[in-house]
Amino acid sequence: MSPRKKERADRFADAPLDVPLLEVENISTGFKTPRGVVHAVDGVSFSLERGKTLGIVGESGCGKSVLSRSIMGLLPNNVVRGGSVKFQGHELGAADASEMRAYWGTQMSMVFQDPMTSLNPVMRIGKQITESLRYHLDISKDYANETALTLLQSVGIPEAERRLRDYPHQLSGGMRQRVMIAIALACGPKLLFADEPTTALDVTVQAQILDLLQAQQRERFMAMILVTHDLGVVAGRADDIAVMYAGKIVEKAPARTLFTQMRHPYTEALLKSIPKLNLPSHTRLESIPGRPPDLLNPPKGCKFAARCPYAQERCFQEEPPLEDHGSPGHEFACFYPVGTPEGDEAYARNRAAGVAAAADPTNAGETTPTPTTATVGETT
Amino acid sequence: MVATITNLTPGGPPVVPDESLTYVVPRTKRIGIGGWLAIGWLVIMMLGIIILPFVLHNPSSAGTLASKGIFKVPGHPLGGDGNGNDMLLELAKGGRNSLIVAVGAVLFGLIFGGSLGLIAGYFRGKLDTGLTSIFNVLLAIPQFVLALSLVSVLAANGVNSQGAPQPATFTRRLVVLVIALGIVSIPILARITRANSLQWSQREFVLAARAQGASNLRIMWREILPNVAPAMFSIALLGIAVAMVAEGGLSILGAGVQGGYSWGNIIATGRGQFQTTPHIVFEPVVCIFLTVLSINYVGDIVRARFDVRESTL
Amino acid sequence: MAGSGTAHLRTSEDALLRVEHLLVEFPVGRTGLKVNAVSDVSLDVLKGETVGLVGESGCGKSTTGKAIMQLPRPKDGVVSFEGKNLVSMHGDELRRTRTRIQMIFQDPISSLNPRRRVEDIIAEGLKIWKIGDDKSRDAKVDEVLDACGFDPAAARGRRPHQFSGGQCQRISIARALVTEPKLIICDEPVSALDVSVQAQILNLLEEMKVRYGLTLIFIAHDLAVVKNVSDRVVVMYLGKVCEVGPPDQLYERPAHPYTAALLAAIPIADPSIRPADRPALGGEIPSPVAPPSGCRFRTRCPRAQDVCAQQEPQIQEIAAGQYVACHFPLAPGETLPIGPIGTNGSAPAD
Repeated sequence: MSPRKKERADRFADAPLDVPLLEVENISTGFKTPRGVVHAVDGVSFSLERGKTLGIVGESGCGKSVLSRSIMGLLPNNVVRGGSVKFQGHELGAADASEMRAYWGTQMSMVFQDPMTSLNPVMRIGKQITESLRYHLDISKDYANETALTLLQSVGIPEAERRLRDYPHQLSGGMRQRVMIAIALACGPKLLFADEPTTALDVTVQAQILDLLQAQQRERFMAMILVTHDLGVVAGRADDIAVMYAGKIVEKAPARTLFTQMRHPYTEALLKSIPKLNLPSHTRLESIPGRPPDLLNPPKGCKFAARCPYAQERCFQEEPPLEDHGSPGHEFACFYPVGTPEGDEAYARNRAAGVAAAADPTNAGETTPTPTTATVGETT
Repeated sequence: MVATITNLTPGGPPVVPDESLTYVVPRTKRIGIGGWLAIGWLVIMMLGIIILPFVLHNPSSAGTLASKGIFKVPGHPLGGDGNGNDMLLELAKGGRNSLIVAVGAVLFGLIFGGSLGLIAGYFRGKLDTGLTSIFNVLLAIPQFVLALSLVSVLAANGVNSQGAPQPATFTRRLVVLVIALGIVSIPILARITRANSLQWSQREFVLAARAQGASNLRIMWREILPNVAPAMFSIALLGIAVAMVAEGGLSILGAGVQGGYSWGNIIATGRGQFQTTPHIVFEPVVCIFLTVLSINYVGDIVRARFDVRESTL
Repeated sequence: MAGSGTAHLRTSEDALLRVEHLLVEFPVGRTGLKVNAVSDVSLDVLKGETVGLVGESGCGKSTTGKAIMQLPRPKDGVVSFEGKNLVSMHGDELRRTRTRIQMIFQDPISSLNPRRRVEDIIAEGLKIWKIGDDKSRDAKVDEVLDACGFDPAAARGRRPHQFSGGQCQRISIARALVTEPKLIICDEPVSALDVSVQAQILNLLEEMKVRYGLTLIFIAHDLAVVKNVSDRVVVMYLGKVCEVGPPDQLYERPAHPYTAALLAAIPIADPSIRPADRPALGGEIPSPVAPPSGCRFRTRCPRAQDVCAQQEPQIQEIAAGQYVACHFPLAPGETLPIGPIGTNGSAPAD
């Protein structure tokens, strides 16, 4: 065993079981641009144990993809990163790319949204899998080939032997995503990030891929972070769900609790705006008026206040902290939570005053509801 | 300008550009020192071309300036050529012809090559296949040989009424050069235009325009050309530089501007005495260099100003 | 699936659009092969109705929409709009008639010319046909902008990049409305948008439908979205119609195994429904270059028998208003077996 391997084995082998696999504390990530720093992730904390799945849900631009890349240390040089990331108790926050490389693949890996651009188009599938295997595990070529074949079979690729010699363009979208999963699993990671793994796929194929991810996660006792814009994708598959808005987690709870006792108005609005299969056709949808804030100059107070039907004066001044309000495991950042007396009162007060949600001043060129569209943004 | 952040750390998994990682970086609208220098050179050169031929005069006796170097003779800072002509005056006269030929040729190529490329890219199908084959054939012929042959054919000295050979007039020579170099530039400009319009023609706003009943001509003119123009523009600027140099090359072979001057022609005549009087070659070379550089620099600035972002998403 | 036939077409005189035996083929590169993108599809749309076309990628739903517009022209079939067959029309007549049908596209960025201002983009249809003078055109542009929720004065001078995706989609809707069309074909109008914005656009479409007396063809892959907006849903698979019916009934009692599988595959935002308890469809859509014989769905179908490979099922009425193209349709209340189904081997060989 080479010294490098030895050192690595020491660090990774004795993972203390009483420490969570991943502990993220107050992580923030900003992109430096000529106009200033874009605060893509702004103070996010959570922890994750082996074998558990955390779903991260939010709309585009909420920072969910940046968060997972930030934890993995996969961001370019123009970022400002803060906070602490502990993996099995080891601090990764300050690790550079060369240190992180030891973790990529063997400890944590990622499945991306678009399998076509994440695979090298001019390299055979087999080679793409064995390359990572041989880099990390220092095994013989024959053994790597065998392992690659087993991997492809385990992710449900028919005629795996023939597929090893194929190029990515010869596979369908679903098959490519299976190959990506095989590559991500190749070196037996303890933590798998799945970043919108099924967004580019058809719905029947999506179900297959999600089932596959779940099966592999159970079999390998991995932790998984499933990043998606679709609440439906995480509903039945995640243990905990974190809802992100404008770079922050606004609510985090066990899946069931989140859907049955949601407290944050954004979670409620998001769920209400999804057309549902069990509702009769032509049911009027409740949309969220306005749009997310500019992350270059985030507003003071709660980031959702401008679009929130519960918002009060205080929400525009003070930022609510993410706390569990007496119910362990269920955290939310809101002064007037949904389904509480304070929230109901705030909502009633807004309704009485005739404001559904504060108009969004950043939306130049767009009117606040005109007579014909007055109902567009409002609730009930 | 949209800065897509892609981090490809060797050994690490690839980072896929994703919409949430794409931020719009505002274009710097400042011209900068380089830009002002470029504009400065172009202005000085244009003024020189227009004014100097009226102001400067060659010395009455050829001997005083023949083959004299830079700053050797008072009043004639750039020295003289082998025949005792003031180099500054020569450069001014030559610059005019060089610019006419280069700009004219590229405009010629843009009009014909651009239209053909637009048509090929928009209509696709058999028309595209046919036109593309023609461009490929034209590109396969060595450019320089093609230009040379075109000049010799088009500028063939006519025969006067007595049957004696008649030299082509100076103006005709210029026109011939513009056409010859223009024809050479057609396939290049056409291919660039075609590739771009092919891409833009598949955009859904083209489909939307067709759904509204717009004619093909209207779609090409209003929807596609404005989007393809920036690419055509930048290639055309490069084309001006290439045409300027090509005209010089033709001059060396005696097929360039004759009976007048061009920068290329000055280089051609001066190259024989390069070892003794290098400044005769050196000065027009510097002029071409600075002009080409400045045109491209200014071109970039202009393009940046007219560029429209696709989206702020 | 795979159904051919016209049993589901209605005899009503109110049909604004009637498509019969539509056939669209694309050449595959220069191989000489042909993709059967749409193969013998028939459908009709009544005045004031919204017909939803739903299916996965490659099912031919978008191609059907474009073929109705004759962009490109279908290889065969009849597209009868207001009683006139578009397929046999040419030149000016076609261009003029086509303005009564408009389209809204999926990609809000790609469907607006980045170099033109909003007012020019919207007024284009009026300028092409020289409708009205500058003043009346301006007024019309203002009217549709206002209807789509913009402040006309602020919006008209801007360029598309100054708007968000949802706003761009609303500009597209304004552009489609300006020529006062009868029929709007919405081709995946919300699939590129976030859910909250999606709801805004769907609501706006419903409002515009009432305000301008529109008829809509709504093409999408999202079954929930289609159900929300449609009066009639057409489920497609690999260039063929599977099942047609009123949405509430169709979603409640799908008769075609594919419709049932598609419905089961949708992730539901309800954690009490475990995905493992629902049937998952195995395999992927076969290549449209060499589609399976007989019923095109048989290679993935858990109920497929030998007859499915030999004979293409014809569309037949299975319940009031519900039509299905299947040899072995599901009876009401019957469900597909749980677990991955239709994987290689369970379907009969060719």
